[in-house]
Amino acid sequence: MPGTAPEGPALELRDVAKSFGSVVALRSGSIAVTPGSIHALVGENGAGKSTLVKIVAGVHRRDSGVFRLHGEDVDFGSTADSKAAGVAVIYQEPTLFPDLSVTENIFMGRQPVGRGRRIDRAAMYAEAERLFQGLGVHIDPRRPARGLSIADQQIIEIAKAISLDASVLIMDEPTAALSGVEVERLFAVARGLRDEGRALVFISHRFDEVFELCDTVTVMRDGDYVSTDAIAATSVDEIVSRMVGREVAELFPKSPAEIGDVVLEVEGLSSLGTFHDVSFSVRAGEIVGLAGLVGAGRSEIARAVFGVDRYDAGAVRLAGKPVAARSPRAAIRAGIAFVPEDRRKQGLVTDASVARNVAAVIRRGLTHAGVLTNRDENKAAGPWAGRLEVKTSALDMTASTMSGGNQQKVVLAKWLATEPKLLIIDEPTRGIDVGTKAEVHRLLSDLAGQGLAILMISSELPEVLGMADRVLVVCEGRITAELSRDEATPEAVMHAATATTAHAIEEEATA
Amino acid sequence: MSTATVDRPEGRATRTYPAYSRSLWRRVLLTREFAVIALLAIVYFYSNANVPAFDGPLTLYYLFLDIAPILLIALPMTLVIITGEIDLSVASVMGLSSALIGVLHADAGMSIPLAALVAIVVGAVCGAFNGFLVAYVGLPSLAVTIGTLALYRGIAQGLLGTKAITDFPEKWTDLAKERIFGDGSSYPMILIPFVILLVLFVWLLHFSTFGRGVFEIGLNDEAAHFSGVDVERTKFLLFVLAGAVSAFAGLYFTLRFGSARGDNANGLELQVIAAVLLGGVSIFGGRGALHGVVAGVILIGVISSAMRLQGETVNKINIVIGVLLVLSVISTTLLGWAQGFLSRRRRSSTPISGSSSEDGQRRQAAAATESTNER
Repeated sequence: MPGTAPEGPALELRDVAKSFGSVVALRSGSIAVTPGSIHALVGENGAGKSTLVKIVAGVHRRDSGVFRLHGEDVDFGSTADSKAAGVAVIYQEPTLFPDLSVTENIFMGRQPVGRGRRIDRAAMYAEAERLFQGLGVHIDPRRPARGLSIADQQIIEIAKAISLDASVLIMDEPTAALSGVEVERLFAVARGLRDEGRALVFISHRFDEVFELCDTVTVMRDGDYVSTDAIAATSVDEIVSRMVGREVAELFPKSPAEIGDVVLEVEGLSSLGTFHDVSFSVRAGEIVGLAGLVGAGRSEIARAVFGVDRYDAGAVRLAGKPVAARSPRAAIRAGIAFVPEDRRKQGLVTDASVARNVAAVIRRGLTHAGVLTNRDENKAAGPWAGRLEVKTSALDMTASTMSGGNQQKVVLAKWLATEPKLLIIDEPTRGIDVGTKAEVHRLLSDLAGQGLAILMISSELPEVLGMADRVLVVCEGRITAELSRDEATPEAVMHAATATTAHAIEEEATA
Repeated sequence: MSTATVDRPEGRATRTYPAYSRSLWRRVLLTREFAVIALLAIVYFYSNANVPAFDGPLTLYYLFLDIAPILLIALPMTLVIITGEIDLSVASVMGLSSALIGVLHADAGMSIPLAALVAIVVGAVCGAFNGFLVAYVGLPSLAVTIGTLALYRGIAQGLLGTKAITDFPEKWTDLAKERIFGDGSSYPMILIPFVILLVLFVWLLHFSTFGRGVFEIGLNDEAAHFSGVDVERTKFLLFVLAGAVSAFAGLYFTLRFGSARGDNANGLELQVIAAVLLGGVSIFGGRGALHGVVAGVILIGVISSAMRLQGETVNKINIVIGVLLVLSVISTTLLGWAQGFLSRRRRSSTPISGSSSEDGQRRQAAAATESTNER
């Protein structure tokens, strides 16, 4: 029960190890979370955070080590066991049943029953209402889960956790897909839960959030426990250097490159309901950043340019030649590469081998008299994987077990192998650890130096400001500002990103 | 962490990888396909030794005559199922093709080759209709092809009613039963077009860019779309191929029995799908290989032929094949469970430490170099 927990940690892991075959995912995971505290767990991707969380959640069984909950040794064989013991995990992207109502999602599998074993809907709605009130949020308990923002979906998962009376809540990168306001609301909820005496674990790559929200921070590196500190007694630089085991000199090393001819021209691109009259160009050697709030239509513009989505009006030209709409193949042939937002669903086929993923786009050029063999693919993929330092034991390993950063390298290898003229990269470093992040940034900078035109979409403002030669700000499907590197300050970008919203509200008010 | 500059990969690759994580024999022998081939060999040699008359000259000959339509249709069906779709209308297309050949030959006076050509084109059109609804309209293939299963069969029976056309020139009906290497050979003529199609489909699935797309669609069609695979066109083409090959199988069926009927090959689609699944193709898509499928079809043929020679009834044969199919489908789950169980037991008996896992890595590295040496 939250609040009544005795002295000592609510959740304690000591020297927990887990390996998958010969791959050691976790060597000595340790963490001790006291009730009434928000404990940050940070580390590069592949540091073992996710494995640790999965052990606590009952997804994996540990190989060795101590695992205690409220001072008692536990061993979860399934996620049901861990839920029953009062552990709840909120994932980055919750999995709700889209066609069921919010309330039904909360009470899935344990609906209150009334007379004659009929589900007591009234009680369910009342309870859901009470939960949302307690969290201080306004969500209609009767609406279907479909169409809810990710932030609202997380709130529903949290409501579910509270209704299960979870004493330990783990939030695995909950803020990665949230906008500023949504993050604030989530933090308010998290603080409320802390004050009720629950133990929270917060995993994030964003240090400003860690330092704003948490009171204690545990650092992991390469499957090992490194340190635990009170937030007040440490600094970002200290944490970062512990995570990577060295000082990170510069996070965003965009070096000036020679700007060449126009590579991409987009003119009057419109798609009903998503974006309107979008025009811009990208030159060789230039990194153009698309900034804006989540949901402003940045990814949709990129997807339309690459041809995976349709558009209603407008034109896309690459090096002066029109690119056919609605055809990724035509875009690839024209020299466009597209690293999408969602690696696991769109970027690569996780169940296919590294070689096949890397060779996926260039394989048409690898055939001999129409015959394509594994050997051809391995020969072509090997050097590209090596150049990007993909960590894998062999080329026939699947990408499914890799960390996010490693998967991103596979996606990049796949697209750089096509030797593109334009690289569109959507959220290049989402869910990637600090070390790989710097590596990706350096790579993008080098690529621009070699004359590649880059269109970069990012929700991380420092990334955009640090990397982009020019920043285009998108707000509600329109480009509201074009800022040069010197003009692009956080204030200027945020102003443009919210400009039309404020404008629209004013208009509404006067109407 | 070194700087990852990317110009061209030649010259100074920073890191190299072995091509395979497992040695050659493991990759070849420890597969579902090989399990089916091994089972086929066992059943074949057992029957040869123990079933009376199984080693006679007619057994294999009739076996191939009987399973030829299944062998033929299993080829495109494998590709369709690997993309995660299914085509239940194949046997109805066979029936339609059979009825059409009968009508065109007997009533319209067309020669057999011309009638066959028309039938195959119609089969392709039937497949194209399925493919259009599945790939471009986006309907589920199960529902679409259940519909066209009834539709095509209905047209076939509408063409001929209950009558059968048996008036085919002997030249052609004999050709369907001809043996390749003269009298006494076990191999009927139909194996020639089959082998040609087999080579074509092996190339298409395993050695072409099209085939890589087929697997990717089955594993993750969105990612396939994002890498420039034309998901719609691939699926459409596969349904067209399934229709055309089914129509060809219908031609063979008609000539072999010298009879064109609207209800020819009724229910054959389930035998085809059963054989494909037995051959190790995942019903969820993304996994499978043609050597396993061919072995699966022949395995079913050998079992039913051997049991028939022993005087068993069709019902018993169906029960055995049904059980085998269920076992093959659950074998993946059972194997995974058994492996998990074994590794858990091994781990609990030997406490894991840093050094033992390093040993594991070394072993894997050794296995990897071994496999590259073999190449």
